[in-house]
Amino acid sequence: MWKLIGIAIVGAGFAFRLNPLLVVSVAGIVTGLVAGISLEDIISLFGAYFVDNRYMSLAVVLTLPVIGLLERHGLRERAEILIRKMAGATAGRVILMYQTVRELTIAFGIPIGGHPGMVRPLVAPMAEGAAQAQHGELDDASRADIRAHAAAAENVGNFFAEDVFIGVGAILLMKGFFDGLGLQVGVWDMALWGLPTALAAFAIGWWRYRALDRRLAARAAVTVQNERENAS
Amino acid sequence: MKPLFSLEIFYAICGLVVLAVAVGIGRDQAHPTRWSSAAFWFLFGATFLLGKLIPPFATGCMLLVMVALAALNRVRKSEFTELPKEVRLASAERLGNRIFLPAAVIPALVVVFYLIFKWVKLPGERIWATDPTVVALSLAALCALVVGIRLTRSTPLAPLQEGSRLLQTVGWALVLPQMLAALGGIFAKAGVGAVVSDLVSSAFPTQIPFVAVLAYCVAMALFTMAMGNAFAAFAVITQGIGLPFIVQEHGGHPAIMAALGMLSGYCGTLCTPMAANFNLVPAMLLELDDKYAVIKAQLPMAAAVFAFNVLMMWALVYRF
Repeated sequence: MWKLIGIAIVGAGFAFRLNPLLVVSVAGIVTGLVAGISLEDIISLFGAYFVDNRYMSLAVVLTLPVIGLLERHGLRERAEILIRKMAGATAGRVILMYQTVRELTIAFGIPIGGHPGMVRPLVAPMAEGAAQAQHGELDDASRADIRAHAAAAENVGNFFAEDVFIGVGAILLMKGFFDGLGLQVGVWDMALWGLPTALAAFAIGWWRYRALDRRLAARAAVTVQNERENAS
Repeated sequence: MKPLFSLEIFYAICGLVVLAVAVGIGRDQAHPTRWSSAAFWFLFGATFLLGKLIPPFATGCMLLVMVALAALNRVRKSEFTELPKEVRLASAERLGNRIFLPAAVIPALVVVFYLIFKWVKLPGERIWATDPTVVALSLAALCALVVGIRLTRSTPLAPLQEGSRLLQTVGWALVLPQMLAALGGIFAKAGVGAVVSDLVSSAFPTQIPFVAVLAYCVAMALFTMAMGNAFAAFAVITQGIGLPFIVQEHGGHPAIMAALGMLSGYCGTLCTPMAANFNLVPAMLLELDDKYAVIKAQLPMAAAVFAFNVLMMWALVYRF
């Protein structure tokens, strides 16, 4: 039971909005001590796992210089201009379109996308541009709402369509797990049963991004009304 | 199978980019926390360059210093003077849609490199040791950088400055995914998984087939939320709950159970700050004031997909 103390520390730390790095370090040290690992070994474990997982930061660090360079030369502005010319584009539709492309490509094992490479420079500005063309200047709350959903579309599209492809890490991991226990479980079987969830994720995305569009319209209507009242 | 190259070369490039951030801050006299911020980025860069050369204990001590600097709020960003919007609009006008070219190079080349690394094998050897996705993305980003520099006629220093600006926007949160992965590793070493699956299996009456499904999916989601990683949850929870109750006790189909169980774990990933690379880093990257805004947007979607998974598993797992 005491081994769960790390989870409790993480939960409490995040709830009280303490610095996450501090929370994580304390949770790791306490859990390790409770499990009878020496402090020196815990620090070594942190170092070893940290180095083993360097690949997690690779995509962000190597993508940001070129993205930053293009942003300085107007990438985000150009994305907004481009989307404004498209009739019928709304923030929700742009985001749903991105999630769909993300699902379709990853279902064939093609890993395009990502928050630094696609969402920040292209998807978010396009969605914001579409909303601006529709409703005029956006307030900060609307802008944040759009950006959060653009980031969510990347995750939802990536996660729920990924396992349709047999070459992906998750399927191979499950296969390895069953092999280790001497159970015969086919990779195609597992990929097939992932398909309904991929379709459901699309439908659920459609529902949530339509709700986003409605919220934006409602907020814009309130702004217009306030302006009218101020004018009169 | 000995691979031809390892990822170390990309880690070295990555380390140099991060060191450039440290140097930039060190030269910036207007920086609010100049030396402590520079120290943070210097140490982070060193973990990339020296990771495999120095003992893990030394890396661990460097991490503790970085954590202390961040926790004391001594790691902040420079005051960048952003180009006025008119200048960027004029540049967008001049370059037209060509500005998308370097950005489009990334996904296009990712596909090309990915397929090459995945399928081309030299006699007895894979070209790259690890997951080809990471290598493909790294190479594609570097190619896009060359295209970008040529297109905008910039000096090679300009992308370093701009990269530094964006990396400082993300700030210390950039380190969080790796720290959380380390925490997950320590949880696994301490045997946290076994405790969680014992708790869930004793709390649910798993002799009812639907309850067995529900217990498995809930445990997958909860344990993923605690660890920030569905892969870490899968082995523990499937061994502790899935196999004994769904497959052995009720004769369920293991492939259906595994596929939908893993996808239930992903629902947990969408809800937890522990999955910082998916949930917190993007919030910083998109300059959202609320660090949890992405998680909040994902909560209704995660809940809906989770309910769908449970019902699907219940409807299918005992039928085939």
